[in-house]
Amino acid sequence: MSISEKDVRYVANLARLTLDEASITVFADQIGKILDHVDTLRQVDTTGVTSTSHAIFLNNAFREDEIKPHSGQENALANAPEKEEGRFVVPKIIG
Amino acid sequence: MKPYELTIGAAGELLKKKELSSKELVSAVFDRINDVDEHVGAYITLCRESALARAEEADKKIAAGDSSPLVGIPLAIKDNICTRGIRTTCGSKILMDFVPTYNAKIMEKLDATGMVTIGKTNLDEFAMGSSTENSAIKPTCNPWHLDYTPGGSSGGSAAAVAADMCLGAIGSDTGGSIRQPASHCGVVGMKPTYGCVSRYGLVAFASSLDQIGPLAKNVGDAAILMNAISGHDPLDSTSVPRETPDYTASCTDGIEGLTIGIPKEYHSSQGMDPDVAAAIKSAVKTMEDLGARVVEVSLPHSEYVVAVYYVIATSEASSNLARYDGVKYGFRDKAAEELMDMYQNTRSQGFGAEVQRRIILGTYALSAGYYDAYYGKASQVRTLIGEDFKTAFESCDVLLSPVAPTPAFKIGEKINDPLTMYLSDIFTLSANLAGIPGISLPCGLSSKGLPIGLQLLGNHFSEETLIKVAYNFEKHADFSKEKPKIGKRSTP
Repeated sequence: MSISEKDVRYVANLARLTLDEASITVFADQIGKILDHVDTLRQVDTTGVTSTSHAIFLNNAFREDEIKPHSGQENALANAPEKEEGRFVVPKIIG
Repeated sequence: MKPYELTIGAAGELLKKKELSSKELVSAVFDRINDVDEHVGAYITLCRESALARAEEADKKIAAGDSSPLVGIPLAIKDNICTRGIRTTCGSKILMDFVPTYNAKIMEKLDATGMVTIGKTNLDEFAMGSSTENSAIKPTCNPWHLDYTPGGSSGGSAAAVAADMCLGAIGSDTGGSIRQPASHCGVVGMKPTYGCVSRYGLVAFASSLDQIGPLAKNVGDAAILMNAISGHDPLDSTSVPRETPDYTASCTDGIEGLTIGIPKEYHSSQGMDPDVAAAIKSAVKTMEDLGARVVEVSLPHSEYVVAVYYVIATSEASSNLARYDGVKYGFRDKAAEELMDMYQNTRSQGFGAEVQRRIILGTYALSAGYYDAYYGKASQVRTLIGEDFKTAFESCDVLLSPVAPTPAFKIGEKINDPLTMYLSDIFTLSANLAGIPGISLPCGLSSKGLPIGLQLLGNHFSEETLIKVAYNFEKHADFSKEKPKIGKRSTP
């Protein structure tokens, strides 16, 4: 199943990526070829096969809900592109 | 022999006998980097000052009787592993100035051994690639022939070990990213069982596949590094609670009676280089000479491995990389006036082409209407691939195959053809899908003088068996002493 340029544009927007027209054409072609290869999976009979999301059997990893020190506001903000008075600054959200 | 040429094991002996100081060793490694890294391009960041200070501390510890096998040993760390106070770029523009405020668990563990971090090594952006050409910073060249890629994504770590710019290195393996560059650079690389090493502080690519592991000059050194980094970590809920064995104890003679399985599907795989086929045939003969029994086994779902992997890995990546939004850390397009523009511009300018391609493929595979056909189907076939291994390990102890169908390929050769690049990962991907361990070790040179690697795979937590078989093979057919002569690129 190939992917159309319209699909690439739609999915790119879902992923918050803006592509120029040239990239859309290239990606549609390359991703189409990959999806054609992926379509070989249709040959496999998977009736009744459970899916694997995790390769090692593990039970839930529980821990005590204890209060522990955190690394502090300064560390949390250390890599902020823009900050002010202990907060992350972002562009206008509501017009 | 120059100090930088030493293995971890040999350097450790000299340090303890006071015939060499860590400061001399670390200085020699930096001199070596000075001489050759402008050609190879293995490092993104060097930590000369902190490394020399750590070396002095190590010399004091050794004088006080510290006998840790890694005290004073210079190591390189792949640049997708968080190092407190040392820039961690992931080979991406989006993390170009990111300085972690915490250490990955394995850095805490390694620091405690007294080792010395030399620097951070190059990689494909977010570890997505098989050639290190997808780094936003620079490509890395193969030390054996500078026109060729070192493989990837841990290409910087593999090249640094091969070119003697560190004594050992740490990488990460999501679909072969330790084993394949180790193979292309003629060094030893190990991907441990999923859950053996904590992923805390490893920048996530595909969380159900990622695993940290060592790259080293020989099997014994890889075992020393495995001892240092393995173990349960409460901060990684997928790490497995179990006692860590002493992996170096597996470096002993004798594999008589062990059964080695050769998957018959690997014989018929397309595009197998004749030099690789010959080297593997000779390796099988070596195993027989060592007393191992060789049997043919079947992994019937092998032909679907690439398809399953590239659906699952990209789906997980599209979700993991949603966090790069320009708000809390990393690059931000500061010109954008509205939030949505800021997200879109930050991500479009911050991610390179391969990362964008994978995010789009993964988002598509997870999107409404396509989820069942792609992610759902791939997750089911993943179960069948895991069951293939389970069945195979009922009739053999380890599986033997090439690491890659060809030796290293030329820089630029596959960069515009992602599917061909993905298909070259055919032999390594299945171990990540099944969560099993694998080791890559040199088994010959091609007619062009490029290294060829042998892969051994074992059942979950069979690292000791893999190390034992690899150690015996290496001892019998030692290619670890073959060294690259670093020349010049013919096509700069």
